[in-house]
Amino acid sequence: MVELYTGDLEIEKICGKWYKWSLDKNFGAMVSFIGTVREEKGIEGLSFDVYEPILQEWFASWQKKAKERGAVIKMAHSIGNVAVHSSSFIAAVFSPKRRVALELIDEFVEDFKANAPIWKYDLKNGERIYARDRSQKISGSGILNSL
Amino acid sequence: MVRVEFLGPIGKAPIEVEAKSLKDVAKELQKDPELKKWLEECAVAVNDKLVNTLDIELKSGDKISLLPPVCGG
Repeated sequence: MVELYTGDLEIEKICGKWYKWSLDKNFGAMVSFIGTVREEKGIEGLSFDVYEPILQEWFASWQKKAKERGAVIKMAHSIGNVAVHSSSFIAAVFSPKRRVALELIDEFVEDFKANAPIWKYDLKNGERIYARDRSQKISGSGILNSL
Repeated sequence: MVRVEFLGPIGKAPIEVEAKSLKDVAKELQKDPELKKWLEECAVAVNDKLVNTLDIELKSGDKISLLPPVCGG
């Protein structure tokens, strides 16, 4: 299950919890990716909408792929507003040996960007502006317009 | 009747439409000029499963979701 939190993520707490969880599982490697909000174009922060039913299903399909390679994936994401210089996303892969974890985190984060049902908004002057230019169409988009 | 939900930035309240297939839903949604640009860009889920064809039969109570371009992280 993806862990969802309102507002910014307490990375030390989440990461520490996952690390402790992993210690008696005999994994030799933990690779994490943390997404932090940068200060750019005068934004105060970012804001996120999440559609949980499809997100959880998408994540479960990745967990299955990871399991086939002897690995486990963990992920947490923010809902709502996250100020600059705080974090909205963390993912970690645990595996017996490093190579699987290093490869899997790359594949997972790329697919997350392309297909996880999460929408990003810039926070500017208290307004929430959809980050359309940084967003990607989910595969299969446009069918409703295809008649 | 099926329920159509507009996720994320579309910012439109859910609607109920009379439809026997996803094709019927597409025809109905195409009547709304405000939705035109979204229809080109949105992925579609039926009862929370993403689909890639309009050849899907629907029954009363089904949920159709429109998912605009995404950007997590």
